[in-house]
Amino acid sequence: MDFELIVPYIPNLRRYARALVGDRDGADDLVQDTLERAVRKFHLWRPGDLRAWLFSIMHNVFVNQLKARKIAPSVEIDEEMIAAHMPTVTSTDVMDLDRALLRLAPEQREVVLLVALEDMTYADVSHALGIPIGTVMSRLSRGRERLRRAMEGENPRGELRAVQ
Amino acid sequence: MTTDDRKYAEQTAQIKRRFDPVMTEPIPARMYLKSPPWIDYARAAVVFGAGIAIGLAMPDFKQTAPLTASAAQLPIRAARAHVVYSPEVRHPVEVDAKEHDHLVKWLSKRLDYPLKVPVLSTEGFELLGGRLLPGGEGQPVAQFMYQDASGKRLTLYVSRSKKGEPVTAFRFAREGSVSVFYWIDNDCGYALSGELDKPALARVASLVYRQLQS
Repeated sequence: MDFELIVPYIPNLRRYARALVGDRDGADDLVQDTLERAVRKFHLWRPGDLRAWLFSIMHNVFVNQLKARKIAPSVEIDEEMIAAHMPTVTSTDVMDLDRALLRLAPEQREVVLLVALEDMTYADVSHALGIPIGTVMSRLSRGRERLRRAMEGENPRGELRAVQ
Repeated sequence: MTTDDRKYAEQTAQIKRRFDPVMTEPIPARMYLKSPPWIDYARAAVVFGAGIAIGLAMPDFKQTAPLTASAAQLPIRAARAHVVYSPEVRHPVEVDAKEHDHLVKWLSKRLDYPLKVPVLSTEGFELLGGRLLPGGEGQPVAQFMYQDASGKRLTLYVSRSKKGEPVTAFRFAREGSVSVFYWIDNDCGYALSGELDKPALARVASLVYRQLQS
């Protein structure tokens, strides 16, 4: 059992978790839970793509956290909550990206981020999230489009925008 | 790359710019101790519970089948070939990466298998080129060589697997100072060798595996 094999992927897991969850502490909790679970299940890892395996574990942990409401679903997050969770963000641009990401449905956010941050192929994402490739493609295109609209300031759902 | 990927290239770049800095943030001690408590716990659990808890609850625990003789030879041959050719200054490869198409065509023809040459630049290694070697039973074997900016070299050794030879898991071996990750799929045996530490080599090996699968 080579736990040290997992260590090189910690930075990748943290980067993805930060983008997925939004705040640093919540993201690192997600990483920590993922690592613990990976260690418990390491004997089940079959050769090959350790990265995909770790991301699939993170996906399961994330989904469980969503269910347990440890992370509130994005649509219900209000502006104060987001602002409170991101005290370090200064640039308006970045703020817009973070906020726009959190507005995506979690399942779209996962696909968009795995492709953008990890350069995963459709097949990789399908493997990591346990969904068919067709679903990967539709979530990706919807997620990207929604993100684009949110960042360009279109506000189809008529939400209030924070005034700086 | 699809049309969609091009259309959203700027969005992707923006997401990367925003979150890439997390990669180089110091890893919290709770995750990255030399021997984190969860590792100790896991080791202890495995040692004490292996016979009872795991054995009963997880029949899947059994490791893959023992290696055949030729599979056991794979990392040894690969490591030796690495030791012989990787220090070469003037002639590390027979065919230079500049002649990429020729290199792939030639070695694919000799191995009678359509070879793929992994791209490892995301891990900092560029292809230098490749050469043809004799395998254990005189069969042709391909060796691809990579180098990073510091001059450190990796070699990927590719040999056709025999008919009916069982596929093997990702395995690790050390031959002298050379670390080797190797595995055998339905068509070929692959061994990635280098004088890197195990986690760093595992990362590259995982990338190689991923590219060869897709």
